[in-house]
Parts: sequence; structure tokens; C-alpha cells
Amino acid sequence: MAETAKEYDVVIIGGGPAGLAAGLYAARGRRRTVLLEKGVVGGQISLTDIVENYPGVPSVNGFDLAQTMLKQAESYGLESEYVPVSALERAGKRWRVRTGAGELLAKAVIVTTGADYNRLGVPGEERLTGRGVSYCATCDAAFFKGQEVAVVGGGDAALEEGLFTTRFAGKVTVIHRRDALRASRILQERAFANPKMHFLWNTVVEEVLGEEFVTGLRLRNVVTGAEDVMPVAAVFVFIGHHPNADFLRGLAAMDGGGHALVDDWMATDVPGLFAAGDVRQNSARQVASSVGDGVTAAIAADHYISASFPD
Amino acid sequence: MAKPADVSDSEWEAQVLKSDLPVLVDFWAPWCGPCRMVAPIVEELADEYQGKVRFYKLNTDENIETASRYGIRSIPTIMVFKGGEAVDQVIGFRPKSDLKRSLEKAFS
Repeated sequence: MAETAKEYDVVIIGGGPAGLAAGLYAARGRRRTVLLEKGVVGGQISLTDIVENYPGVPSVNGFDLAQTMLKQAESYGLESEYVPVSALERAGKRWRVRTGAGELLAKAVIVTTGADYNRLGVPGEERLTGRGVSYCATCDAAFFKGQEVAVVGGGDAALEEGLFTTRFAGKVTVIHRRDALRASRILQERAFANPKMHFLWNTVVEEVLGEEFVTGLRLRNVVTGAEDVMPVAAVFVFIGHHPNADFLRGLAAMDGGGHALVDDWMATDVPGLFAAGDVRQNSARQVASSVGDGVTAAIAADHYISASFPD
Repeated sequence: MAKPADVSDSEWEAQVLKSDLPVLVDFWAPWCGPCRMVAPIVEELADEYQGKVRFYKLNTDENIETASRYGIRSIPTIMVFKGGEAVDQVIGFRPKSDLKRSLEKAFS
């Protein structure tokens, strides 16, 4: 016997700040709503030690902030399921969402799948992941007490995670391909003032070295072309993100970088399909802006359902 | 729900390596967000495999000897042991199906 698809007003795909905020508003709007998450609720912030730029919350652990958002939304009736989404397709006026645990039908879909971190794409990286190559300093920095480690990148994440790593490591070298950081000024000030933080400019990683564990990096100076080997016990990689929107390809308009194109109400060019947070073009990529996006999308979805599915 | 028991450096040999049943060990630490997501999944598995597998968690902050003996450089790490030998290892947060596949290697 074929299982009948569960019917929802709103299906939210992705449990980061945008999805959690959308879930809160959709649930309070008394729309039957489910949030689908393939991994960890909170998305990128679940790996962040301290979030201190979310207005009204002076300082909070990223994982705890996400859990609080989830509980808040669930208290108003948001449902959540921990399953990956395999496909999204039109089903008449509705949407069919295929998941690892069956099919769902929705009047509106809000895509908040966020972004995933970029890999270096150099030899040794994949083989040594979890063996000294890390994309999460809050998870792994404590295993390198007193040792020399490297951080690759020049943005907020690189400096935040680098500063966190100085609690454990003896020396943290930030390797950046340019000669200036794009991280926020307050983080730059903290990083330059920290005696454990060192900087290597105009430098890229060519190879991660080591047999069983990371033992060093082969580096190249992009200005002089000079190559060098730096011994380190770990390398933490923070070199930007790419949107998780491959399953939208062919469904909705996207830009060359793979971001969904949306209007001011987070609506894609397809009726009933919304995209919010890091997955959309021109996201400011902050917890606060993603929360705003999610709220906007939920309100727009509510209006859309009222107009398109009159009782 | 069957909660995995804590295991320490000093208990490792007796509880894990000399266990008559296969053992799953969840290497974790209180400061690790993804570890807190893995914990409920491990508890579900502990229910499903009750009587067939022993489940433990090891705090890597307090039990440095065992963590370094197995070269743990990233948590969460889940290791499966059978007859004192490590049969599989899963590094990082993974869905339940991945952990189950890893655990099944103890029975193949």
C-alpha cells in the first residue's frame, strides 16, 4: 500500500537561523509547518563558539542560540524532521517534497538551505580531514594544546576561529592569499593584539603534508612564487562558502554563483517557492540578516497561501 | 531510553577492550556543539541494539590518554570495537543511517 503524502501549508527546507525564524512566524500564523533538516539545527552557527553580534543577545554559544530558536518555534507548533531532501517538484498548485523518509505536500516551500564551507581543493586535504585538517575550530582546536597550527582565510570566520584556537594552541598562523584582511575591524584589532596570532600574507596552501596526521603545509607566495614548507599539527580552513541550492536548478532562476534569485519578499520567480538566508543572492550572511529574511519569507508565504488557496 | 555510560581511561581496558559484546564509543566534549547533536542519535541506537552492543561515551577533555591512543583529532568521533579491535570509525556529525552502517560492521 502506497503511503499517502503528509500535507502541510508550509515546508521549510533547512534549519539554520533563516529556517528557524521562518518556522516561528509560520507556526504563529497557524500554518501547519514542518522544518526539514539533514544534519545539525543552526547550520553554520552551530559550529560557532560565541555569537556576539545578534542584537539583544550580548553573547551566546551558537549551538545554544539555535536550540533556543528551535524550542521557541516548536512551542507554537512547528514540527521538525531530521531528513535530507532528495527532490522538490510541482504537484499541481502545490509542491511535492521528496525526503529520505517519504513525501510531503506543501502549499508553499521556503528554501533556507544556507551555504557550505569551501574546501582548499589541494592534495592531502581530504585524506587528512579529521586528522589535522578541520573546518570547525570549536570542535577540534582543543586537540592541539601547545602546538603550532595554521588558519587559512582572511574573513570574520578565520579570525574568530583563529582567536578561539589561541586558547589551546601555542602559535596560530593565519595564512591569507592577499595582503589585507576583509574581516571586521574589531576582530582585526583583537587578532593583531594577540601575541599568539601570526600572519603570513600573499600566501596560498599548495598541499597538506603528513602520513597518518597533518605534519605541515606546502606554501607558495603568490607575489614572489617562492615555495616553502611550514610544519604545523593542524590546519583550520575558513575560505568562504558556496550555496546549497543545486536542487533548485531548473526550478527557479539562479545567478552564476548558484544563489537563488528572489524579490524583496524572498519570492523566487515561481509561485509558492521562497528562498531566504545565505542561499539567496546578495545575502549579508549574518545571523540577524538571515533571521530577517526568514521572517519576510514566512509572511510572504502566509499572504501567498491566503490568496492562492481560499477556503 | 538507554543512555550510554561514561567510560574513563582507567576503565577502558575492562569495559571496552575486554567486552564480550561489540562496543560503540562516542568521543565527545562538553564544548563541542555537533557532539550534542550526535548524542540523541547514539541514544536511539543504544535502544535499538540493546543486548547486542554496549554503548559508552568518553569525555576527551578528561581522558586524554585514550583519546590520543586512538589519534582522535576531531570530535564527534564514533568508534566501533569488537574483540578489543577497532573495526570502524566515523569522524564528524553524520546522519543516523551512517552510524548504523558503521555499527553493522561489527556483525559482518
